[in-house]
Amino acid sequence: MRAKVHVFLKPGVLDVQGKAVEQALHGLGWSGVEHVRVGRTIEFDLAATEPAAAEAEVKAMCEKLLANTVIESYRVEVA
Amino acid sequence: MKAAVVVFPGSNCDRDCKVAVERSTGAHVDMVWHGDTQLPDGVDLIVLPGGFSYGDYLRCGAMASLSPIMTEVKAAAERGVATVGICNGFQILCEAGLLPGALLRNERLKYVCKPVDLEVVNAQTRFTAGYQGRRQVAMTVGNGEGNFFADEETLDRLEGEGQVVFRYLDNPNGSTRGIAGIVNGQGNVLGLMPHPDRAFEAELGSADGAILFQSALASA
Repeated sequence: MRAKVHVFLKPGVLDVQGKAVEQALHGLGWSGVEHVRVGRTIEFDLAATEPAAAEAEVKAMCEKLLANTVIESYRVEVA
Repeated sequence: MKAAVVVFPGSNCDRDCKVAVERSTGAHVDMVWHGDTQLPDGVDLIVLPGGFSYGDYLRCGAMASLSPIMTEVKAAAERGVATVGICNGFQILCEAGLLPGALLRNERLKYVCKPVDLEVVNAQTRFTAGYQGRRQVAMTVGNGEGNFFADEETLDRLEGEGQVVFRYLDNPNGSTRGIAGIVNGQGNVLGLMPHPDRAFEAELGSADGAILFQSALASA
């Protein structure tokens, strides 16, 4: 199975990169852009074949390493 | 007296820390590789140095916090051994769960490298007792991700329990409540972004860092 993990700073945690990108987009004329957040995507293959088990495994990886839950939230997709 | 400096791949202040601790305290300092599984017997002080462990991949300190030696560092910290994480070492302590909070990208997205004046918020810790009540010390910072963050509840607890040890007089990186350094509840694990290892003799502009290492060992 293929896993995709999306990690973003939690709402309320200042995302300075997102803010800088937002200002740059405003500078290019896209004045309607708001609340830009910059995150990361981590993709990998997984030996597990059962979706629920795979998702549980990836969530454990997020808690242990892929995200720092003090500041970040994550979303897992397995397919 | 015995100290150990942990060397991670990408540490760049490890030798500075060794020299700083040796010259300011006279302690014997061993360098310990991150892949080792044992700290020197009877170690009194553990230093996690600054740098860019694992190239800051994923998050600063994330990979290093899972290094084999960290199991030993955690066990030693729980036994009460004085443990200091400086800059990247502070990030590693937070990632390892030995200290609360996290270090975010600096507020103005800028790497900040300059001398800083610090308020000694708690002069009663084993790391600050040697300042003998002095309220202000000088060190330097060099960081791109030194912006301390914790949720409000944690911050209130840290302040209430005297766990905020150093505060910037002129906050260089946007740290919440100007926090530059904290200790754990037990008082034996200190994390700080400023570098005492770059302020251990007057020729460096300040010798205030030496007192921190002396204090840590004096109470060992």
